Amino acid sequence: MSENAAGSARDTAAGRVPPRGSEPELVQLLTPEGERVEHPDYSLEIADDELRALYRDLVLVRRVDSEATALQRQGELGIWASLLGQEAAQVGSGRAMAEDDYAFPTYREHGVAWCRGVDPLNLLGLFRGVNHGGWDPNEKNFHLYTIVIGAQTLHATGYAMGMQKDGAESAVIAYFGDGATSQGDVNEAFIYASVFNAPVVFFCQNNQWAISEPIEKQTRIPLYQRAMGFGFPGVRVDGNDVLAVLAVTRAALQNAREGSGPTLVEAYTYRMGAHTTSDDPTRYRLTQELESWKLKDPIERVKAYLVRTGKADQAYFDGVEREADELAAYVRKGCLEMSDPDPLSIFDHVYAERHPLVEEEREQFATYLDTFQSADGLEEAAAPTGGH
Amino acid sequence: MTIITLAKGVNMGLRAAMEADPKVLVMGEDVGKLGGVFRVTDGLQKDFGEDRVIDTPLAESGIIGTAIGLALRGYRPVCEIQFDGFVYPAFDQIVSQLAKMRARALGYISLPVVVRIPVGGGIGAVEHHSESNEAYFAHTAGLRVVACSNPVDAYFMTQQAIASDDPVILYEPKRRYWEKADLDESLALEQAAPLHSARVLREGTDVTVIAYGPMVKTAMEAATAAAEEGQDIEVVDLRSLSPLDTETIEASARKTGRVVVVHEAPGFLGMGSELAARITERCFFSLEAPVLRVTGFDTPYPPSRVEEEYLPDLDRILDAVDRSLSY
Ligand SMILES: Cc1ncc(C[n+]2csc(CCOP(=O)(O)OP(=O)(O)O)c2C)c(N)n1
Ligand SMILES: [Mg+2]
Repeated sequence: MSENAAGSARDTAAGRVPPRGSEPELVQLLTPEGERVEHPDYSLEIADDELRALYRDLVLVRRVDSEATALQRQGELGIWASLLGQEAAQVGSGRAMAEDDYAFPTYREHGVAWCRGVDPLNLLGLFRGVNHGGWDPNEKNFHLYTIVIGAQTLHATGYAMGMQKDGAESAVIAYFGDGATSQGDVNEAFIYASVFNAPVVFFCQNNQWAISEPIEKQTRIPLYQRAMGFGFPGVRVDGNDVLAVLAVTRAALQNAREGSGPTLVEAYTYRMGAHTTSDDPTRYRLTQELESWKLKDPIERVKAYLVRTGKADQAYFDGVEREADELAAYVRKGCLEMSDPDPLSIFDHVYAERHPLVEEEREQFATYLDTFQSADGLEEAAAPTGGH
Repeated sequence: MTIITLAKGVNMGLRAAMEADPKVLVMGEDVGKLGGVFRVTDGLQKDFGEDRVIDTPLAESGIIGTAIGLALRGYRPVCEIQFDGFVYPAFDQIVSQLAKMRARALGYISLPVVVRIPVGGGIGAVEHHSESNEAYFAHTAGLRVVACSNPVDAYFMTQQAIASDDPVILYEPKRRYWEKADLDESLALEQAAPLHSARVLREGTDVTVIAYGPMVKTAMEAATAAAEEGQDIEVVDLRSLSPLDTETIEASARKTGRVVVVHEAPGFLGMGSELAARITERCFFSLEAPVLRVTGFDTPYPPSRVEEEYLPDLDRILDAVDRSLSY
């Protein structure tokens, strides 16, 4: 735990996590300035309308996110985990998925949810406190949000093992953060996926922070290099470059579907906002770092490219803005209309089959609640039982 | 006298223990620069350095497992688990290793590890942030389990837990972190009530209400409300869940003949079950009514918009008091 001699020796060794602010090597197809560049291993043919659609996704997703942040500020949500800055990582990977592929998200994958066609209102329930998730994961092949760090990577791996047993030509994508890579579950998922050659893509959004802990607290080598030790390929992609993320994730999913096993994709990005609305990042990080990442904004570079190449005109951008306004209004209205659950719903869905204890408590609690309504707290209020 | 919050009480307790013994370490997620998500460790890293206040990798099994190793090497680690619902990745290390290693070694080693857990609901949080899992640990031989309910106890119990040569699970009622009280800093640790003692917070003759952690305040409010109805309630702050201060509990049960146990955790096989069984076994002929429980339901902790319905409140406690008195 103390400063030791090994520290400095290791710092200079190859593979050490690059110092903060240095430029790591990563797959990039669109520079922060909006220049299209080639990469020897990843090429991407993309039609103009597809490109515009990606731009639209990025803008709409950011807008849903900022509206949710505003709703939290106004007390309509208990908390919100913003994806600000991670739009390209999520849209690029989300759009790389085929319809039958399956995603296992953390709590921040609002952009992936969008790509899967999940109604943004579904995402708000958990943050508003009216449910714990509550959508049917199988409807859009988008699993529930998982809050316990890293747990979903094992579920994703197991699901992929099931696909493999079924002979399905599909793959799973498991989302997690840089902090999550320290969890036992994530490392076990890597081992299971490797040993069983499961068709799963491990998609790590390295946004440089796990609440207040910088990436250096989790690793001494670049995260993507960990894959090698587990026996499958790892690749680091510019997480703010939607084209590169799309190309890299597409290839990884295709490899998985074809029986080549798992890949670790490290999307190198930045958490532009607070960890959640409950967090105060000024306590632990410098605005300087934030400023340097602002120059790498995932949306601006696509816009610059579209403008410069004449692939989209002002009317198009205006149209997307209008759509974003409408979407934000929809999210706001839907959120305000979300009513509190019935107290007796506490007892719903605990078990698939009848459970006497839960039923007994439900009945007792219903009787108890009735005493408040019927007698207005007068004589009759002596309920037979009080909950337990 | 200084007015402190419960969070500050733990903070000051940690600081005092670290000043008194250089072997005391604080470790956990975000406990350093941030000072923990509840700011309980605020300022400690600044004053004691990164060597003694350690931001760990995001792995709870790792936190407890390495704390065990550090303890074997003579350190006294105080581990923070960020929220109650995130202790489970460390469950194996706590239950199979931390709790049992001393007995395995025939007493050749001790494991003075403290596991601090912000516990319970009522803060409008998302899933896994409002749980009450004390029964799992109280059920495990080899662990001491305590719960503070107020700032002054937080200050002393933190230090006592650190001083104990056994592993201690220290529950901190997170919704009471901002409650305030006067602390007399001139009081020495030796003058504080023993760690494993219960405290009669309010004397009464009609019904004993036993609570701990976050529910103590609710129980006191219920007692005040009941007094207006002419009911004289005795409130016992359990403080220690394992071991139990059976003497204090039984004396109160014998005195009033009626006992209501209150906790946020689900009732089934919870602390209330053990207390009801013990009181019935030991005080049977003094009892006027069966021991009643007011608890969380035997369901997953619900979404925050209905948590007020799930959590025992003043009305449910009074209802149980009435039922007890009706026997
Ligand atoms: C098992 C577990 N421990 C602790 C937490 C509390 N927690 C919530 S998010 C978080 C940091 C996660 O960091 P990272 O994996 O990088 O994801 P990010 O939030 O940056 O997207 C922590 C410690 C948790 N949710 N689950
Ligand atoms: Mg992160």
